[in-house]
Amino acid sequence: MNSSLILSVTTFVYGLAAFLYMAAWVFNKKQINNWASWAVVVGIAGNTAGFVLRWVESYQLGIGRIPLSNLYESLVFFSLMIALIYFVIEGKYGQRVIGAFAMPLAFLSMAYASLSPNISDRIQPLLPALKSNWLTVHVVTCFIGYAAFAIAFGLALMYLIKKDDDGHENTVLSRVPHQRVLDELNHQMVLFGFLFLSAGIISGAVWANSAWGRYWGWDPKETWSLITWFVYATLLHVRFMRGWRGRRIAVFSMIGFAAVLITYFGVNYLPGLHSYGAG
Amino acid sequence: MNNNKQKNSMFDSLWDVFASVKLTVVVLILLATTSVVGTLIPQNADPVVYMRTYGQFVYRLLEVLDIFDMYYSWWFQTLIGILTVNITVCTIKRWPAIWKLVTIKKMQAGSIDNKQPLSKFSDPRNPRELDPLYQAYFEKKYSNLKFKSEEEGFRIVADKGRWTRIGVPVVHFSIVVILVGALIGSFFGFDGFVNISEGESTDYIRLRNSNDTLSLGFEVRCDDFDVSFYDSGAPKEFRSSLVILENGQKVAEKDIIVNDPLRYKGIKFYQSSYGALPPKNYQISFSSTDLDQSVVHELSIGQSVELPDGEGRFAVREYVQDYMFRGNRVGAAILGVLDKPGKEPMEVALPLRFPTFDKMRSGDWVISVEGYDKAYYTGLQVTRDPGILFVYAGFTLLLLGCWVAFFMSHQKIVVDVKSSSDSSRIRVFGSTNRNHLGFENAAHKLGEKLGKL
Repeated sequence: MNSSLILSVTTFVYGLAAFLYMAAWVFNKKQINNWASWAVVVGIAGNTAGFVLRWVESYQLGIGRIPLSNLYESLVFFSLMIALIYFVIEGKYGQRVIGAFAMPLAFLSMAYASLSPNISDRIQPLLPALKSNWLTVHVVTCFIGYAAFAIAFGLALMYLIKKDDDGHENTVLSRVPHQRVLDELNHQMVLFGFLFLSAGIISGAVWANSAWGRYWGWDPKETWSLITWFVYATLLHVRFMRGWRGRRIAVFSMIGFAAVLITYFGVNYLPGLHSYGAG
Repeated sequence: MNNNKQKNSMFDSLWDVFASVKLTVVVLILLATTSVVGTLIPQNADPVVYMRTYGQFVYRLLEVLDIFDMYYSWWFQTLIGILTVNITVCTIKRWPAIWKLVTIKKMQAGSIDNKQPLSKFSDPRNPRELDPLYQAYFEKKYSNLKFKSEEEGFRIVADKGRWTRIGVPVVHFSIVVILVGALIGSFFGFDGFVNISEGESTDYIRLRNSNDTLSLGFEVRCDDFDVSFYDSGAPKEFRSSLVILENGQKVAEKDIIVNDPLRYKGIKFYQSSYGALPPKNYQISFSSTDLDQSVVHELSIGQSVELPDGEGRFAVREYVQDYMFRGNRVGAAILGVLDKPGKEPMEVALPLRFPTFDKMRSGDWVISVEGYDKAYYTGLQVTRDPGILFVYAGFTLLLLGCWVAFFMSHQKIVVDVKSSSDSSRIRVFGSTNRNHLGFENAAHKLGEKLGKL
């Protein structure tokens, strides 16, 4: 039994959860939702166990470091954060249709980590530049932020497919939460994500200053994280100050998530110092 | 008079431009979109590479627009400048109203006549019984209160979290602080580098942007440099033992590694790179091919030694970083000269990595490098940034401000209690400046709590 195996199994559990939420939503079977919630709990447990076990394994290999230092490990942590944040929302608002949009993202992230031939799951020792306590702070804050934005993306997507609340007939779309709820939740996730993205950028800057003697160098990953920050900052301003709501905010949230994806994955194809996240 | 007025109106309209959120949005979008360009086009690369990639015409065009160093170009810096003024003006403009809201003593009762209650319920007790219970509860939970007796009951107006309204100005202020810190750093700080060979010292560095040199006012010596590797071959640690000397006296010392610089008089020395230097001393062995005889001599460049049998001399002439042998790279090597009586002097190559290389020569003696003392130079990043405290203070304020602005709110509650026959009818009204959904839930819970008092 090793961490990679547990995490591979977790991938399928997340996939199952996503599938069950969708089935419950589309076929209007409330009972299935309970199974889906259990699948999420099992998935989170497996994901956490895999994360901790990998940490232990690194000590057994004599490397001894928190598993947050390459693409595989970041994807695993990303999934865990998506599942956790979603689960908190489910507990708080009880809108389980959201699971049909949030859990596929946790599944995709895990599947990419487990199944892509380009991503190595070998535990490698840390390069000198990564040996810092800021590594943990930086990666954890960034990925909490990314996960919140991912769920905001799911909520925005739901907002856009949901038609105006008309009639009382029980259709697939009528079971999607009210647009007002989706709009507010999307906004909450953006706020949450923005705080953690800021913390991620700041911890990265402080770390860069201790490793390279500069807190900002316009390296492509730094720049893209700032672009992402600008996009969400713009969203907050048009919402707070210009009163934008609903559809336009949903579109904005999706543009923001596209920027997140470029910051996370796209930058690996650009030249720069942040190459650790690439493989 | 007239002139003055015109000036004023010009100032006013300029003020209005910079006080507008439209400008903020436009500048943020411009910053976001233009920043993309610099991530696609490598910054500060060799002009030759640009020429080859983009061709003459596009190269000239991009150069005119400062695209190759765009984040420091006049237009990008101007955008950041406009954003800074915009943030400052907006904050100044809104501050009085915010401060008034935070500090004002009087509670606004507010009309509730046309508003929808967030929660309503009835209580079997009459208003006179409820009055003290409610008062005690609200005094505990809310900072600002107002009780008002009415004809058939009473009304409580309460609010909390007024101070959280300063969250937004704090965030905006923090960004200005960060930018001021960056400005201080770029005017009064520097960013340079220096390479120091093991055992040597320097008192000046080279600046990164101008390539000028800068005198430090003290000496830095590198006593030792070490690099260690993992089994996989990946680097594990770079370590330089640095000593700071003032007038020849040791005043500070530290082994620096990546992520742990040395700091002296506001100047920081970071482990940044390293390189190999030609080794100074070599252990060179001479083995006879017929007899089983072997001798090792310690030699440095320029020295020579007599062969063990006395039939000639071997001299170490030079170190070659990348020796080519019949078109093959064999890496670092030393070149020597073998001088035998009655024969032409002969060049002998001794690659450091291949000790048996000299067997190919088929001479009486096989000469090889047994070992050598590795020598390195360390590459240090040297910086001074007097603005860093501002930047870090700004970072802290930004995070605190965001936390307060996003997750704390100013909440106003109005509880209206009226008697109806022998019981009370209670309605809870309220408003908040954010998270309306959460606030409504909280208002429901408040209703439930009041019912159980």
